[in-house]
Amino acid sequence: MSAARRLLILGGIALALLGMGYGMWYAIFAEHQELDGIGGALATSFGAAAQRNPAGADSAMQQYRELKYTYDRHVDVHGHWIGLAMLLILLGIAFDRMALGENLKLLLAAGLLVGSLLFPFGVLLQTFSHGPGPRGLAVGGSALVIVSLAGMTAGFARAQRGN
Amino acid sequence: MSALHKGLERAAPVSAEAFGPMGARRLLALGGIGLILVGMLFGDIFAVFVLHQNAARVGESLAAAAHAAVAGDSRAAGAGIQSVGGFLENRGTKVDTHVHMVAFGYLALMLAILQPWVAFGEGAKTKIAWIFLFGAWLLPVGVFLIHYVGLAYSPLKAIGWASIFADCGGALVLVATLAYLFGIAKRARAGEREPWSDSLLGDRSAAGRILLAGGLVLVLLGFLHGAYYAGFDLYKHEAADYSILSEMAAGAASKDVAAVDAALGKYGALGGEKAVNIATHAHAIEFGLLAMMLAFFQPYVSLRESWKKRWAWVLLIGSLALPVFVLLELNLGLLAGGIADVGGLLVIVALLAMWIGILRHTGEIDAGARVTGGAQA
Repeated sequence: MSAARRLLILGGIALALLGMGYGMWYAIFAEHQELDGIGGALATSFGAAAQRNPAGADSAMQQYRELKYTYDRHVDVHGHWIGLAMLLILLGIAFDRMALGENLKLLLAAGLLVGSLLFPFGVLLQTFSHGPGPRGLAVGGSALVIVSLAGMTAGFARAQRGN
Repeated sequence: MSALHKGLERAAPVSAEAFGPMGARRLLALGGIGLILVGMLFGDIFAVFVLHQNAARVGESLAAAAHAAVAGDSRAAGAGIQSVGGFLENRGTKVDTHVHMVAFGYLALMLAILQPWVAFGEGAKTKIAWIFLFGAWLLPVGVFLIHYVGLAYSPLKAIGWASIFADCGGALVLVATLAYLFGIAKRARAGEREPWSDSLLGDRSAAGRILLAGGLVLVLLGFLHGAYYAGFDLYKHEAADYSILSEMAAGAASKDVAAVDAALGKYGALGGEKAVNIATHAHAIEFGLLAMMLAFFQPYVSLRESWKKRWAWVLLIGSLALPVFVLLELNLGLLAGGIADVGGLLVIVALLAMWIGILRHTGEIDAGARVTGGAQA
């Protein structure tokens, strides 16, 4: 097994395990609590509105916003880690069909693996900080994924032309 | 030479070792495609008969809650929101059932391809495959039942029996995947090369190339759409979600029915816009991955080359039509939704055709083994 292929296949399965483990943790310890919190905040907000208490309604709505923001990102992280893991494994299996030099293949494989790890990790960090750091990490990671994927597509296209 | 013997000769040398009866690869390949087929059928039925009706009920309940707040009835407002929560949970568990079934099917297919790299005996690999498949069915069935079972007889405060069984299913899948990873790492550490000349990896047939190239393009398009959505619309949509609900609550607090109704209309439109963008992104990538995976299984599809190519194109056309027309639903309405559903159906039909082709192949191998066994006896 070449180094690039090994990186993609082993990295992909490890990422799938990370995504599944994270999903299990999330399903047991976070999801139900977050959904209850979202529903509770909305109910509180509308209840406060019914009692003509706009400040209370707004405060509960702020709470809803925060919880919804966190919930969406938790779900996205799980889905993206697993999806990217499957892509890594598949590309690893298909790697010998790519008409590129070994060094470039290794570089693209490393780029895809690092991007696939960092992009959802950046999204996860956004649940702790709304600052530019986590968002930058997510954007950088996804850019790395897209560039690596485009490079691999070009490699496959070259091989097809060669055939 | 009879057609049967020609078929047996074609099938036996490439697959007898790798695709033996009740072997790990056969279990994972057939079980995986079965999971994907059931998951997709479930998704199609859900999209046609449940999704829009459910969205309408969510909208009605939210409107009832907002109007109750306008009338100063906080108890009815709370009940309306609780009802929204119930409908959202119903929708969420159906989506999760669909997504997990399909995703586990994909994982099963990939693990099937990877079997030659797993440094365990066939017996151990087969047992792990059974554990994987059992967990892969248990999780989505458990998730589907969450809405109906609720917290009945549950020993826990927030999690019901259906959730507990679903989590157990997830744990089994996790353990099985971990075991295969261990097997692959073991072979990689030993520095061994590919253990046998694998027909799945060596195939360069036209159908395989069409599926691999088409699948990769779909994945790339899905990523580009996702990046565009995240860059230009996601944060706007999140801000709008909050601001529209705030307008609704503020309108209710000041008894402004017109403002509440305007906010309800905007909220419905926003929900539609978010849903189609997410569905476009997810389906383009998932169908791309499916096409790429099926590219590897073409040597096992016992159909004529011309038919294999046709089914490959049908799968790719359906895979492109569904996300594109889901996105166009915002402009073209139900017409686009109908075309998207037809796209999904094309994918299901093509997948079913390939699954039948693989079943035919297993029959050829098994018949070949019986003929060989009979001759030796």
